[in-house]
Amino acid sequence: MSHPALNQTPAPPATRTDPSALAARVPLQLVGPDGRLTEAGHLRGVDVDLARRLYRDMVLARALDREAVALQRQGELSLWLQCEGQEAAQVGSVHALADRDHIFPSYREHAVGLVRGLTPAELLAQWRGIAHAGWDPAEHHLHFNSLVLGTQTLHAVGYALGCRLDGDDSVTVVYFGDGAASQGDVNEAFNWAATMALPVLFVCQNNQWAISTPTSKQFGTSLHDRAAGFGLRSWWVDGNDALAVHAVTTEAVESVRRGQGPALVEAETYRIGGHSTSDDPKRYRTDEELDAWRRRDPLARLRTALTDLGVEAAWFDTVDADGRELAARTRAECQALAGPDLRDLFAEVYADPHPVERERASYEAHLELTGRGR
Amino acid sequence: MAVLPLGKALNLAMRRSLAEDDRVVVLGEDIGTLGGVFRVTDGLAAEFGPDRVIDTPLAESGIVGTAIGLALRGFRPVCEIQFDGFVYPAFDQIVSQLAKMRARSRGRVRLPVVIRIPAGGGIGAVEHHSESNEAYFAHTAGLRVVSCSNPQDGYRLLRAAIRSDDPVVFFEPKRAYWDKGEVDLEASPASLDRALVLRKGRDCTLIAHGPSVKVALAAAEAAEEDGVSVGVVDLRSISPLDVETLQRCVAETGRAVVVHEASTFLGIGAEIAAVVTEGCFRELKAPVQRVGAYQLPYPPAHVEDAFLPDVDRVLLGIDRSLSFGRTAAHV
Ligand SMILES: Cc1ncc(C[n+]2csc(CCOP(=O)(O)OP(=O)(O)O)c2C)c(N)n1
Repeated sequence: MSHPALNQTPAPPATRTDPSALAARVPLQLVGPDGRLTEAGHLRGVDVDLARRLYRDMVLARALDREAVALQRQGELSLWLQCEGQEAAQVGSVHALADRDHIFPSYREHAVGLVRGLTPAELLAQWRGIAHAGWDPAEHHLHFNSLVLGTQTLHAVGYALGCRLDGDDSVTVVYFGDGAASQGDVNEAFNWAATMALPVLFVCQNNQWAISTPTSKQFGTSLHDRAAGFGLRSWWVDGNDALAVHAVTTEAVESVRRGQGPALVEAETYRIGGHSTSDDPKRYRTDEELDAWRRRDPLARLRTALTDLGVEAAWFDTVDADGRELAARTRAECQALAGPDLRDLFAEVYADPHPVERERASYEAHLELTGRGR
Repeated sequence: MAVLPLGKALNLAMRRSLAEDDRVVVLGEDIGTLGGVFRVTDGLAAEFGPDRVIDTPLAESGIVGTAIGLALRGFRPVCEIQFDGFVYPAFDQIVSQLAKMRARSRGRVRLPVVIRIPAGGGIGAVEHHSESNEAYFAHTAGLRVVSCSNPQDGYRLLRAAIRSDDPVVFFEPKRAYWDKGEVDLEASPASLDRALVLRKGRDCTLIAHGPSVKVALAAAEAAEEDGVSVGVVDLRSISPLDVETLQRCVAETGRAVVVHEASTFLGIGAEIAAVVTEGCFRELKAPVQRVGAYQLPYPPAHVEDAFLPDVDRVLLGIDRSLSFGRTAAHV
């Protein structure tokens, strides 16, 4: 595997976007909303094993998500950011990566985390208020959540630069939302990755809303077109079609891995729930809009396609049972999650010895004095 | 021992760190071919190549954000911010990301990132090129903030900063870049959290860092001629503060004057006054005095001499401190 030298000007990106055909373009779709294969779907054919894996992981993600919402309503979680509706965009894309490809998520990528082997406890810890980061990024090649929008895109660029310097052909993948794309950091990241032709894949889940702000107020040109303008290869896909997301992400990752520079996948999707459990989406979007997107539900769609391909009902029953089992496990693990002791935190701020560790003594003295020591 | 200007000493510190550890990379705007606008990285790209000494796009948030990613991948990035006034676009990456990430991970990740910032006034620059913004960073847990004042210390402190597994914001007094001093290139890296007693005194202790150390030393000399014995402590580390050394020195003289270029309001001098008062209340013969800039945006270069604390202002600070003793004696 050879890597272009850092300061060498990369070859102009072979972009997939053709500005003259803007209005006519539609995102790639392999399975239509009704579950029938599209023309492109027929042409490409369906890998049934892959489709089953994607379907099963989407069911699990939805089960976790719904259970987490219930846990929040019961006071077990202080907040939850729903990912219902975005399962295909997440599961389809993460399955297109190699295990060693390092991922930088935003904060809604619960399905990505599940696929990468995170436990429900790890995924829920932050929202239960017992940790800021619930898992070991090295173990799963998955960095922890970034809550300041867009910041993680730059971390991904640096990580990818590190991979390049190490002569490692892994791809760094970063997830962010349509709203985050308005942040300076994201645009710095696009530009930086393009000028250095770095092995980064940007995945934008365009779920139409940034809390209450629609994409129409967010940007004047589509994100995949903007990315192309920065010199990224870009793909546009129906984000509720897991097979299409998988196909497109596979192409994009291969292109990045081959050294053709950074790429962007914009997955057009929708969040069915509120922005978070504290949000009231009724204030800014209509029932008609919600219903229209419910009819494009990624799970129902793939289930129909799989049924048409001959997958028997009993298989769906076992998958549903796996979902219920995960939900039960989510509940049990959540309730067992206990917070850290403030005393532990003093030693975790700095790697080298630091006087802050002495402040622990003053906290302990306070505990002693107030009789809260035990 | 070589006699070198501060800028060159810092250059040699980076050069040695790059040679010793191939995980060290240097990145910033115009630092490669040009060697930086102050030439502090001069020759490094030629010696170590463009993969180790990286000319970046013009994007400060990008420089620090990317350095975080590099650190997560196991590198030890040394970033250059071209001027103090241009670090603000990177502020979020520094205080929300770089500073907090280790604690957020409950100690799992390390972020050995150094952010070098040429800082302070006195070179007749245009606006945004003469700021002293140490306090913004020192207020944030998770960072170390260092300010060097002379070539030997600059060399030792920068080597230590690069070796540290924690993020270090490293201030370089740009008007001292050309000041020469003896440098022992074999000297070990300095401790990152110890102040240095530069001069012993009996009557009063001056506490300064970075560009103000030279002013404090000159004021101590001048006071000596008037028969007042003044000690000088170079903070070096602003966060953490070397509270023990400060309290010990102030306890010895009973008087302290803090000198810095930033405005005194909510500045580092306020923190020093507080810790010294907490630790030496009984020994203090006068309230801790602060000598710093006025609470104005950094003024046009034409009047910066009047704005920045100079020897006379420091001497007045010493006088204010001594006046408390005199009042008591007269009573
Ligand atoms: C820099 C910053 N500004 C504001 C917020 C508050 N905030 C959290 S999520 C959000 C909307 C994000 O929308 P988008 O990027 O589209 O992602 P989505 O939540 O839809 O997945 C906002 C404004 C934030 N987290 N970070």
